[in-house]
Amino acid sequence: MSDHIVSAFTEELDRLAADILRMGGIVEQMIADACLAVLRNDLDLAQEVILRDPAVDKIEEDVERQIVSLIARRQPMAHDLRSVFAALKVAGELERIGDLSKNVGKRALLLDKAVFPAMRSGVARMAHPVSQQLHLVLDAYASGNASTAKAVWESDDDIDQHYNALFREMLTYMIEDPRSISDGAHMLFMAKNLERIGDHCTNIAEFVYFQITGEYLVSNERPKLI
Amino acid sequence: MDTGTEADFVTPATSLSTQDGRDGTRMDCRNVSVFYGNKQAVSDVSLSIPDRSVTALIGPSGCGKSTFLRCLNRMNDTIEGCRVEGEIVMDGQDINSPDIDPVLLRSRVGMVFQKPNPFPKSIYENIAYGPRIHGLAQTRDDLNEMVEKSLKRAGLWEEVKDRLDAAGTSLSGGQQQRLCIARAIAVRPEIILMDEPCSALDPIATARIVELIDELRKRYCIVIVTHSMQQAARVSQRTAFFHLGNLVEMGETDQIFTSPRMRKTEDYITGRFG
Repeated sequence: MSDHIVSAFTEELDRLAADILRMGGIVEQMIADACLAVLRNDLDLAQEVILRDPAVDKIEEDVERQIVSLIARRQPMAHDLRSVFAALKVAGELERIGDLSKNVGKRALLLDKAVFPAMRSGVARMAHPVSQQLHLVLDAYASGNASTAKAVWESDDDIDQHYNALFREMLTYMIEDPRSISDGAHMLFMAKNLERIGDHCTNIAEFVYFQITGEYLVSNERPKLI
Repeated sequence: MDTGTEADFVTPATSLSTQDGRDGTRMDCRNVSVFYGNKQAVSDVSLSIPDRSVTALIGPSGCGKSTFLRCLNRMNDTIEGCRVEGEIVMDGQDINSPDIDPVLLRSRVGMVFQKPNPFPKSIYENIAYGPRIHGLAQTRDDLNEMVEKSLKRAGLWEEVKDRLDAAGTSLSGGQQQRLCIARAIAVRPEIILMDEPCSALDPIATARIVELIDELRKRYCIVIVTHSMQQAARVSQRTAFFHLGNLVEMGETDQIFTSPRMRKTEDYITGRFG
């Protein structure tokens, strides 16, 4: 799309999008690192993930301030209006993803060293499809690609399947050895967090799609397993 | 974007009546073109104007929106070398047909201009003039009542009721504009055309006019030409975007300002050309 006559307006919208992508980049890495910390029992890495969260919160606050000011001064219309609306909503979703990743990091610190390695790798396995969803939807946001956004929106089931499988797996471990229940419970929460992150990616996909096309993806038309 | 022809994106006003329970079409314009000598100012515009709602015409300077507006009560008749083609149908009759009396037409289709233009007479006479020449009032009481009612509808009564003999020109700009609206209403029009009615007013006076337009649309069909996108967005239910004499897109105001279908509309309302 061509630039605005008022170039400062274009610069403000560009800055907003850049902040969203920066925020997205941080949380994407947080997911991967939190799960890696679980897999390797790397407590330093887990701690580091926790410490990254305030930066994410800070960007979200900053994005909100920019948007309030932009609406007051520029009164955006059409695609600009949709971009501003999407940025506000996406920032909120990314902030939640940051919180959930931080929570995975916190739980990583609490795991028993002797926890079954297979339990650790179960959680780590789920990290990949979740990060992938976030990566794709951020790509769609950056490039303005509506079909990628829609594809992300349609493919959340993959993550749900992972979650259901992991849930059963953890139960098996816990039944097998009651001493693993404490770790297993943490692992279930981690898996649930990752599954929630998948849902947030779906929400982001809806806002990105709306920003690009001006049309709403209707939630009850999304393909669902159950 | 730009995937269809422009005509595809001009939704008929009739769809509005079924959706919103509002009345149907008040005026139907078909293939309207306007020429000033050899120069074509409006090209083949077809649109319908729904009753009891506000239709905003927007577009850059020289896009033909004011020229088009002036066709709707034959104001272009007074311009030398101006020629209007096509049909503008109101109550089943083309308003350009020879049996239509333009003076009578203009009482049915009133107009409010950019610059308030009260007559150099008292506030009372400004309103009473129209009903008197059109023979709408039988007695003095009738006329008094009409003046009061029109001023009330225009939201000006409380401010001027104690000084109806004062000159219309002694009022503030915003009050003068409301006086002109009251004057237009006094002859019981069906349609009110407004050409940039707020561009000479401060924000408070503008807000009063916007509030008034909101009120008036319950009774009248209003067509407003405005340069202010915010004003179009605030007051209208439907918006038509003109560019270089063509109607590019017309639709529900919400849709035009959130998801316009044509690239030209998008570029204009987001400030990408002007």
